[in-house]
Amino acid sequence: MTDQSSQAEIVRNSLKRRYRKERRFRMYGILAIFIALASLFILFADIISKGHTGFLKTTITLDVTLDSETMYLDDPTDEDQRSMADFVAPIIASLQEHFPEVESAAEKRELGRLIGTYGASKIRDLLKDNPDMLNTTQTMEFLAHDRVSTYVKHADNPRYSIKLSEQQQGWVDQLLEKGVIDTSFNDVLFSRGDSREPANAGILGAIVGSLLTMLVTLAISFPVGIAAAVYLEEFAPQNRITDFIEVNINNLAAVPSIIFGLLGLAVFISLFGMPRSVPVVGGLVLALMTLPTIIISSRAAIKSVPPSIREAAEGVGASKMQVVLHHVIPLAMPGMLTGSIIGMAQALGETAPLLLIGMVAFIVDVPGGFFDSATVLPVQIYLWASSSEQGFVELASAGIMVLLTFMISMNALAIWLRKRLERRW
Amino acid sequence: MQTANLLPLVLVLAAVAYGLAYMRSRAVAAPLGGIRNLKALPFYYAARAALWCAIPALIVLAAWAGFEGKVIQGIVIATLPQDTWPESPGQASLILSQISNVAAGKLNPEFVPEHIAGAASVLEAMESQSENFKAALVLLVALAGAGFAWTRVAPHINARLNVETTLRRIFFVCAALAVLTTAGIVFSVILETVRFFGRVPITEFLFSTSWSPQTALRADQVGSDGAFGVIPLFTGTLLISAIALLVAVPVGLLSAIYLSEYASKRMRSTVKPVLEMLAGIPTVVYGFFAALTVAPFIRDLAQTVGLEASSQSALAAGLVMGIMIVPFVSSLSDDVINAVPQTMRDGSLALGATQSETMKKVIFPAALPGIIGGILLAASRAIGETMIVVMAAGLAANLTANPLESVTTVTVQIATLLVGDQEFDSAKTLSAFALGMLLFIVTLLLNVVALKIVRKYREQYD
Repeated sequence: MTDQSSQAEIVRNSLKRRYRKERRFRMYGILAIFIALASLFILFADIISKGHTGFLKTTITLDVTLDSETMYLDDPTDEDQRSMADFVAPIIASLQEHFPEVESAAEKRELGRLIGTYGASKIRDLLKDNPDMLNTTQTMEFLAHDRVSTYVKHADNPRYSIKLSEQQQGWVDQLLEKGVIDTSFNDVLFSRGDSREPANAGILGAIVGSLLTMLVTLAISFPVGIAAAVYLEEFAPQNRITDFIEVNINNLAAVPSIIFGLLGLAVFISLFGMPRSVPVVGGLVLALMTLPTIIISSRAAIKSVPPSIREAAEGVGASKMQVVLHHVIPLAMPGMLTGSIIGMAQALGETAPLLLIGMVAFIVDVPGGFFDSATVLPVQIYLWASSSEQGFVELASAGIMVLLTFMISMNALAIWLRKRLERRW
Repeated sequence: MQTANLLPLVLVLAAVAYGLAYMRSRAVAAPLGGIRNLKALPFYYAARAALWCAIPALIVLAAWAGFEGKVIQGIVIATLPQDTWPESPGQASLILSQISNVAAGKLNPEFVPEHIAGAASVLEAMESQSENFKAALVLLVALAGAGFAWTRVAPHINARLNVETTLRRIFFVCAALAVLTTAGIVFSVILETVRFFGRVPITEFLFSTSWSPQTALRADQVGSDGAFGVIPLFTGTLLISAIALLVAVPVGLLSAIYLSEYASKRMRSTVKPVLEMLAGIPTVVYGFFAALTVAPFIRDLAQTVGLEASSQSALAAGLVMGIMIVPFVSSLSDDVINAVPQTMRDGSLALGATQSETMKKVIFPAALPGIIGGILLAASRAIGETMIVVMAAGLAANLTANPLESVTTVTVQIATLLVGDQEFDSAKTLSAFALGMLLFIVTLLLNVVALKIVRKYREQYD
């Protein structure tokens, strides 16, 4: 008896220590979850803080006198004259009106650098289309130079002003006060393709490129994935070929995505001689990459259709194929759709294989078809993020926000579909 | 006619064939006393006609579109004067791009040698001929298929069996596509790798400790040979993956344990999807985060404590990659922890063990094989990850174990060697395929082992 009570004593004495351990273990778990959630939060906060300014554009509104003498241009319809004319001069002249003290040529040049390099071509195009505007005064809105734009957007942070001379900073401050320089919603971002100058660059080209690529991916991977899943679940005999196919699918799901890029390069581009940088090849590569995901989730969806449905259909005389086409596939469709949408969201965010098949080219035009050179959203983000200019980094974060919006809405759609259409048996 | 136009045309033809066969089957059945005297429903006769119209035509179309380019290129090259024939594949692709630029009107024919301008006109003629032949052949095949199906609309023929067999075969081909993809991967990397080992001995590739694939433009340039030793790349990959796993395994495992054993149902159902969001974020976003936020932060932090850190440190890439693979570790561990039978938990608790003791002494050992399998899968994910390291890790192949230094990885090298224009026969380009092969083999082995472990463990409790 004494032995037992002493054992109970030992246990009782150790209880405190054991409970402490228990609490510590729980704390570790909470800490781990906290770390994971905090990283997610920091990631989002970082991107939003870096990128919200990307949705703003800085404009300079000027009354420009299109004087034929300052431009050395008599006839705007003459192409030779147009190519020789000085379209920067009227911009500088109208800026000078705000700063009469600017006299020297060097200072004038500095003043002219407040406007982005596409300002001159804006005047040229205007005159080309409306030759009668020569020698009139027009109110025009110009995109500010990237450095000015960065300075204006980050007025409270001296780190971003170093690229602008102090004199220029003074000018910009005065123009801001007068309301000549203004910031507004960046419609350029959603209406143009890439550009060498951040103020002029947009993601429309990349969005359209992504859309075209995804259409190809969807058109291939969805029907093929479902057909493969149906075969493996409903028709495949238990033999070595089936096993081999299953092992292959499981392994393909874990092959690094860049390997699919190598496949695309070696097979589609160099063997079949398909063009580089086009949505068709990108879509094909991504389709092969997402197939395993779609097959695996579709199989799960088919498995969840209860056998009683199949037996009932067979009982009234349906053939195996009729059972599958009329009952199993329609009932498994919500699950298949969910899996496919998640697979497509993955493909939308994929970058590495597309780098290898040449979708990293600098492409200004918005692609018009499946065989046009194009880039896609994540690759565009990668290209901008590798640039050293602050303006492009902003655009990259803005692009990330757009990409994440697409992906989150696709995932939300998948969840909604599952909730809406899922049937519990 | 363009492939893009032919495709919808074939589909329209198939739809027409469907409609015609449907009507014909009803017409055939009418004198016999209705469709119940047919062997199959009219739908099946119609579907068969559509399939026979579309499938052969699509196969012909795909084959033609696939090989058209290569065949025409070969013919165009053959029409060049003998003395201007290209000597190497690189030269051939240069000439071909010149020819196609002239043909497309991007290059003025006056600026190129005469034989190229001539070849350009040949190319144009061939291309338009090929388009015409293709259109004619595809349409002919489609019509023949539909016509044959038309003649086979007869009451004694069971079209349903035909249709079902065809569909079954299509399904099989779709499933077999996975095998074809694997074969394509293996084939494409092996071919180029063999060519690479023809130039660089395999022993140098596997055992040399220096990597600088830049082959010189001129033969007399310094360092013109290029060095192809994979060891520094592999240690770089392992260093970054190890850092990633050091982050992901404790965080993932502990959060899985907490969520499956302690958390309330509500917390579980909110935290789990949020955690899984980490896996859904595109890797380019993580790369951006690592390169522009984490790496400068680590550099500054290291400087304040007096350490030298590169602005592209392995630590930054590894940490961010670790965050990325947390959900892989946590959801796989969650599965295996939940697969441990409740009776084992109850038994341990009944003996007076606390929850954490049950976890550590009973459930964890029981779930260990599965957890290890999950970690191996996460490791293969980390090794194959590209964008984070392309953006945040460096290009210099340093052989180091210092996480503050810049290292490069296998995937970074594949991406940098193959981005942009490249000739297909230089050792530099081919080395990327050898690296791809290595990567493929390593990740495949990891996956096979991991899946074996997971499967074996699952069978124990089923």
